Amino acid sequence: MNIPVDLKFTKTHEWIKIEGNKAKVGITDFAQHEITDVVHVELPENSKNVKKAQPAAVVESVKSAFDIYSPVSGKIVEVNEEVLGSPELINQDPYGKGFLFAVEFSDNNELADLLSAEEYKKII
Amino acid sequence: MEKLLNELSSQSNPSYEVKCDIENDCFIPKHLKRKSDLGLPSVAENDLLRHFTNLSRMNYALSTTFYPLGSCTMKYNPLINERIAKHEAFNSIHPYQPAETMQGVLEIMHCLERDLCEISGMDYFSLQPAAGAHGEFAGLLIIAAHFKSLKQKRTKIIVPDSAHGTNPASAAFAGFEIVPLKSEPDGSLSAQKVKEILTPETAAIMLTVPNTLGVFEKEIAEIAKVAHENGTLLYYDGANLNALMGFARPGDLGFDVMHINLHKTFSTPHGGGGPGSGPVGVKSFLEQFLPVPRVEKKNDKYVLDYKKTKSIGCVKSFFGNFPVILRAYAYVKALGGKGLKNASAQAVLNANYMLAKFKDKITVPAGSRCMHEFVLSPKAALGNGVRTLDAAKRLLDYGYYAPTVYFPLIVEEAIMIEPTETESKETLDKFIETLNKIILEESADEPQRVKDSPLNTPVARLNEVEAARNPILKWK
Repeated sequence: MNIPVDLKFTKTHEWIKIEGNKAKVGITDFAQHEITDVVHVELPENSKNVKKAQPAAVVESVKSAFDIYSPVSGKIVEVNEEVLGSPELINQDPYGKGFLFAVEFSDNNELADLLSAEEYKKII
Repeated sequence: MEKLLNELSSQSNPSYEVKCDIENDCFIPKHLKRKSDLGLPSVAENDLLRHFTNLSRMNYALSTTFYPLGSCTMKYNPLINERIAKHEAFNSIHPYQPAETMQGVLEIMHCLERDLCEISGMDYFSLQPAAGAHGEFAGLLIIAAHFKSLKQKRTKIIVPDSAHGTNPASAAFAGFEIVPLKSEPDGSLSAQKVKEILTPETAAIMLTVPNTLGVFEKEIAEIAKVAHENGTLLYYDGANLNALMGFARPGDLGFDVMHINLHKTFSTPHGGGGPGSGPVGVKSFLEQFLPVPRVEKKNDKYVLDYKKTKSIGCVKSFFGNFPVILRAYAYVKALGGKGLKNASAQAVLNANYMLAKFKDKITVPAGSRCMHEFVLSPKAALGNGVRTLDAAKRLLDYGYYAPTVYFPLIVEEAIMIEPTETESKETLDKFIETLNKIILEESADEPQRVKDSPLNTPVARLNEVEAARNPILKWK
């Protein structure tokens, strides 16, 4: 199971890559393996405000549809439109081409309860 | 594969002509009249009969095989009810005819409403909703109307993570915000946790009893208490009512609104998209919001009352799916109170018998006792990368309809089995033996065979991913 050490994670299986006050978000390798082939994705609109731990996107596989929770509060500054047409990218490259969106966040305190790779490994 | 009728069509067969005098019909505007012929396929009558017979033989149906589809209550649909539904006293009724000329039909609807009240402990029912989720939706509109009349702004509905997927969908569709609630390991809810997430904005909690893992909600009385103290209503999803008839009534457990799936608990045919029936029931303080028309008895006559100013309105044309209502009524009357209680007892016994035969070999996440259905988690028992989906597909090769899989979502690699009361011990034994063989022997000895299954069905394994990503929705 691929769990990159430079990322942070949530208990609900999202990953977050923090660069300054911007954060890229996607679902983990474990998550994509568990939900199996993704067939449909719904992404938030650009510049929409999202709240920490609230649904921001939807990923649907042949098994079921899953809410994707934003790991931080902030404004959507980028959405990965490529996954809308090619949802299989989420299965093939969950940490790269399969990312979902990027958030501009302001409250650094919200980062405190994110999990390290080591901590995430323990819960899966 | 059986060819489509269009492919069987040949010029050498005489074509059927549909004769109707459209040309001279003055009620049809000229521009709407068809100018070309209908283009129906030309197929010999004997070939047509064989076509449909062959198609029916490819089907998995309750009348051909054991159908242990968890959460769906695939019980025997008594054939006598089909005969009753076809009786000329019912099949020549038209919904536009005056109420005084269809007193019998209205009486049956009224009586079934009363029977459902007695079975469920609710005060009033409307038979209008056409399916379970439709009943849920109507119930949630009633909840919304209730709080609107109280001038309370309640926007949130609590739904446990073990709930049927239709619960959050119906609530969202009715305009509510969903608050997910994490269930305990056996799928049950803790009253304490419910209390912690209740707010002045919580309109209702949606629950099913027994819960999705087939376990009775032990803290239901306490959950009802904390909810009601908060002014929050309790919604009962009737999907699992087959476990409770004659033993416990949702109304007595503290529920305020519920729906019943007549096509599950009350033995009417279902599957293939309907028609179903999902009556919505309420306690008396919510009666004014029920859908119209209401069937009422006034001076020994049955009438349809459309004039209910606080009603959520009409949710289905006319009076719901009457032929389904009729079959359910016939079922209730044939079994009577004792019979319905026996049906639930036998359904629970059958499920526990099966669970007992599996529990030592396959993980049972909710323990070794259940109500009318149970969930297995064969993750550890399956070997060589074989998954639950593969085992389910392999069951098709043995002539079974596969149980529900990957639901509830809180159980890894879930298989959900509901035998119902109408299966014999021999049928259950044979199925248990087959599923054990697939999971414990075949996945170890010939994993590839299981992964490639089904092998004996009219079509091999369908590519579900491709079908979802690039669906072909019309015949070319």
